[in-house]
Amino acid sequence: MLGYTITQWLFGILSFLAIMFALMVVFTRNPVNSVLYLVLTFFCIAGHYLLLNAQFLAVVHIVVYAGAIMVLFLFIIMLMNLNADTEPRKHIVTRVIAGLVGGVLLFVMVGALKGAEQLQLVHGGSSQIGLVKNLGKVLFSEFLFPFEIASVLLLAALVGAIMIGKRDTNINSKESTN
Amino acid sequence: MCAAVFLLSLGVAAYATLWERKFAAFLQDRKGPSRAGPAGLLQPIADGVKMFMKEEIIPNVSNRSLFILGPCLFMVTAVMTSVVIPWAKPMMIGGHMYDLQITDINIGTIYLLGVVSIGVYGIMIGGWASNNKFALLGAVRASSQMISYEIAMGIALIALIISSGGSLSLKDIIEGQDKGFANIVWQPLGFLIFFICALAETNRAPFDLPECETELVGGYHTEYSSMKLGLFLFAEYINMFISSAIMAGFYFGGYNFPFASELYASLGLHEGDWLISLIGFGAYFTKIVLFICLFMWVRWTLPRFRYDQLMNLGWKTLLPLSLLNLALTVVVEYFRGNIHF
Repeated sequence: MLGYTITQWLFGILSFLAIMFALMVVFTRNPVNSVLYLVLTFFCIAGHYLLLNAQFLAVVHIVVYAGAIMVLFLFIIMLMNLNADTEPRKHIVTRVIAGLVGGVLLFVMVGALKGAEQLQLVHGGSSQIGLVKNLGKVLFSEFLFPFEIASVLLLAALVGAIMIGKRDTNINSKESTN
Repeated sequence: MCAAVFLLSLGVAAYATLWERKFAAFLQDRKGPSRAGPAGLLQPIADGVKMFMKEEIIPNVSNRSLFILGPCLFMVTAVMTSVVIPWAKPMMIGGHMYDLQITDINIGTIYLLGVVSIGVYGIMIGGWASNNKFALLGAVRASSQMISYEIAMGIALIALIISSGGSLSLKDIIEGQDKGFANIVWQPLGFLIFFICALAETNRAPFDLPECETELVGGYHTEYSSMKLGLFLFAEYINMFISSAIMAGFYFGGYNFPFASELYASLGLHEGDWLISLIGFGAYFTKIVLFICLFMWVRWTLPRFRYDQLMNLGWKTLLPLSLLNLALTVVVEYFRGNIHF
């Protein structure tokens, strides 16, 4: 078909959908719809992982982002009952500046990625690297140190979240005893 | 194969509704539905026709498209989980071995977790789009409950995978129980955690707080009527069937049973005979039915939890227990020689 392989067609369709849903995240008024479009964007990105033969990454991506983080987003939005009516309208100057800054960021990223296809991959690896067995082996041998650093970072974030949650209850209990 | 599994899920779910009512009647010393057909056997069909014929009401204040999307999504994710379950040993048809499984992906276990975690969107979207306080509360309860119990469930699964040889494929996990013991012998605590979490994930009593009728009218499906309500209720039974299949497969050997190879040898069967597949499927199905009965027994025996009790159980009991189970599993497997440092 038009000289493209099926993989290229899938890549094109997935990319189109991902960008379209990402735009819808920004353009929809209703925060709940935004979150749902973001979930669809994550599914498209998971599709890209599948095209790269990285099934494990694809499913973990869905479990973590769509299944956990986005559910919490949706949870909070529903709990606070945010609607289009309650959304604060920003001043026109703020909006123009925000648009400009976003545009410049896009420009920078396009510029940075231009010519990226000529770069040599440092860790080429095989096409099987995304499968869970190979990925686990590489993570726990060659990249053990970065992996552990990342886990310490996550642990710190966890402890931080718990501390923030704890402080509130302490204040409340002090107020109630006073 | 796809169609067969789909029809099997739907058929089992339909008759599980009847069996649930019969079972409840038995526990409460009643007769249960007995008018539609012999011994009430046509009751599920009558219920289905009733659901389709009822007037459909979509509230004016609801978000129409999301209101319709909610039950559809819930049903689709319920059916999607059955894709990775191997139902019986491979069968020889015309010189080819056919797996009796829709697909054997090497990340089957994580796929299951993924689909389960997507399943909550159906409830959340439906509950929110109804634009009703009770429905919203039900949806919020459902999402926080499912997220809380997914964690303990995932850690229990990690322990299971370590002790069953390290493969994430459901087929490998079940085949690994062919020789020797079923996984329940090595993972008794893990099974208990998994079972409790499965009760919570399927929103079954005593964890059915999202639809707790004494507080929330009907919970997340308060505003639903006709077959959309039917989809929500029906998907619960499919979820129950699939989670029974998963538990029977993960912890009780699936289509394997004690002295299976001796039985096959004495019958003179070879690998790939359709009778082996049939007997194996029969064994698997028996275990699944027993688990469904256990689900119902629990529902009609235990009273509903309070919401704070539910959260305490999930975070302060099951999560530490599952971590303890994981640590114990690693130690045990080290001495069994399955883990090398």
